[in-house]
Amino acid sequence: MGQQVVIEPVSRIEGHGKITITLDDEGRVADARLHVTQFRGFEKFCEGRPYTEMPSLVERICGICPISHSLASVKACDEILGVQVPETAVKLRRLLNCGEFIQSHALSFFYLSSPDLLLGMDSDPSKRNILGVLEKNPALARDGIRLRQIGQQIIEWFAGKRIHPAWVVPGGVNAPLSPEHRESMQALVPEALDIIQRTLVLFKQSLENYREEIRTFANFPTHFMGLVDADGNLEHVDGKLRFIDAKGNIVADQIDPVHYQDYIGEAVEEYSYLKSPYYKPLGYPEGIYRVGPAARLNVCNGCGTPLADQEWAEFRSLERGPILSSFYNHYARLIEILYSIETLEQLLNDSDILSTRIRAFAQPNYSEGIGVVEAPRGTLFHHYKVDEYGLMTWANMIVATGNNNLAMNRGLLQVAKRFINGDRLDDPAINRIQAVIRAFDPCLSCSTHLLGGKEFYISLVGADGKVIDEV
Amino acid sequence: MSKVRLATTWLDGCSGCHMSLLDLDDRLVDMAEQIEIVYGPLVDALEFPEAVDVVLVEGAVSSDEDVHKVRLIRERSKILVSFGDCAVTSNVPAMRNEFKVEDVLKRAYEENVSCHGRIPGVGVPSLMPHVRPVHEYVDVDVFLPGCPPPADAIFFLLSELLQGRIPDLTGKSRFGA
Repeated sequence: MGQQVVIEPVSRIEGHGKITITLDDEGRVADARLHVTQFRGFEKFCEGRPYTEMPSLVERICGICPISHSLASVKACDEILGVQVPETAVKLRRLLNCGEFIQSHALSFFYLSSPDLLLGMDSDPSKRNILGVLEKNPALARDGIRLRQIGQQIIEWFAGKRIHPAWVVPGGVNAPLSPEHRESMQALVPEALDIIQRTLVLFKQSLENYREEIRTFANFPTHFMGLVDADGNLEHVDGKLRFIDAKGNIVADQIDPVHYQDYIGEAVEEYSYLKSPYYKPLGYPEGIYRVGPAARLNVCNGCGTPLADQEWAEFRSLERGPILSSFYNHYARLIEILYSIETLEQLLNDSDILSTRIRAFAQPNYSEGIGVVEAPRGTLFHHYKVDEYGLMTWANMIVATGNNNLAMNRGLLQVAKRFINGDRLDDPAINRIQAVIRAFDPCLSCSTHLLGGKEFYISLVGADGKVIDEV
Repeated sequence: MSKVRLATTWLDGCSGCHMSLLDLDDRLVDMAEQIEIVYGPLVDALEFPEAVDVVLVEGAVSSDEDVHKVRLIRERSKILVSFGDCAVTSNVPAMRNEFKVEDVLKRAYEENVSCHGRIPGVGVPSLMPHVRPVHEYVDVDVFLPGCPPPADAIFFLLSELLQGRIPDLTGKSRFGA
């Protein structure tokens, strides 16, 4: 075994992780691993709790996408009740989700990644953050802060609170939308559209500067997975699973998420608390697949809203088949923000949206429920079992970031091979190694619902197993 | 006047308290004139620096690494704020205290898997038998409860600290909300 490099903490990501890079006897990069160092234990400690607590409890898996967890959770609970959720409630849940996609994607793009994209991968590390962006390009930084704020404000108007609200409930939602809040939200739409459209223009102009990153940031063939609606269009809250291969052929379509275990297996690697899901028909680890913004735009036939559809067509024309470089997740995130703003506008104009028929009541009628949504970072699965009193007996969750674990590790190896020279870790290499991880926007709070640790470390380990460089 | 050196970190938590800090929005930008963020998830420092004026610690103490980290943070910081319910009471993460660590790990890594079931143990921290609040390991100067603490309470906290006062947070935030 060769030398090893450890990078810890990995910065500007949502959670705790470290990276180990192993060199062979000639000092060339032989292997690279992402260690997720946090574990929490939700799948076990929810045992004995009433299912009605689950939506609030699982929000505490993640402060960035609590809405996704609560939506997956209430969908699993809807199945335990065996009710049909009133149509207005279905739409209100979708609306709430628009707020979340806007704020979460804005966080990832502007706060976490724009320092690399705007200031440069090789810029001064002490300035490479949102405040540095604010100095260099105040308009862009303020746009980002404002867009995230708009997303959070929308969540608050629907749900009463920006982080960890208690508005979505098994059977629907617990309060109707008020006409005043609808008006306030409609008034925000034009500003939000302006911000995202000028950001898209700016981002597309800058793509030329990132040829090397595009070429090496997890740019390899894999399968992709995402939810689509009955027409095969982009879908974030409801819908069915679709898998495509690296050439774009649909290999499984309109799969009811209740059958997820026939398609997805979970494996464990001893170096990480993050499990490695794989596409079962191909086995492990050949069944590597990706989820998230670019994967969703790869699997769908279109977005189904006019402006986002134009952007989608342009995005997909970058390559003949699916977009393979995970660098393009940044681009896909912006398109999904646009889609979310358009969807928000459409649903707010719905004639029934102020209806007060928003919740179906029932006792638990079934012992098992599975709820699946697209979280900002990818497909999220919640699977619960309850006893005759509705007390939880078992849970399994596959979180968005977990789906990408195999691809993140392979992407790391690709970047390490390209940017590490010899046995020293310099800042340009360190930052790119972290940036490939940032492109996936991993939410390690989520991924470690299973447990927790420090931010991010990289170590370089030699052929003899000794750590030769560490940051 | 030199800027106040602010660090933020999270142990076993969900990052929700940090998101609430970001909910200061423009107010955070205005504060940037008085504050330098020297460590935290949004900046690129790899090591927790010396001579930190204020540190916000989100999350409970759950692993051996958390213990090591919170002690280092205490040593290097003047004012340590126990930031949010998980830091203050250990909150949701402590729900695992009802179970043996081994059983919690088994559920995730042996029962709920279809391939290579085993408990991770290489290059990852070990879990403490019980999740505990921050003040059980180190002295805490200010407690700010909330799940998460509202942005207004965080703004009040930082404004008071910038004025050189230890804030009275009575009525500004409450547990669970």
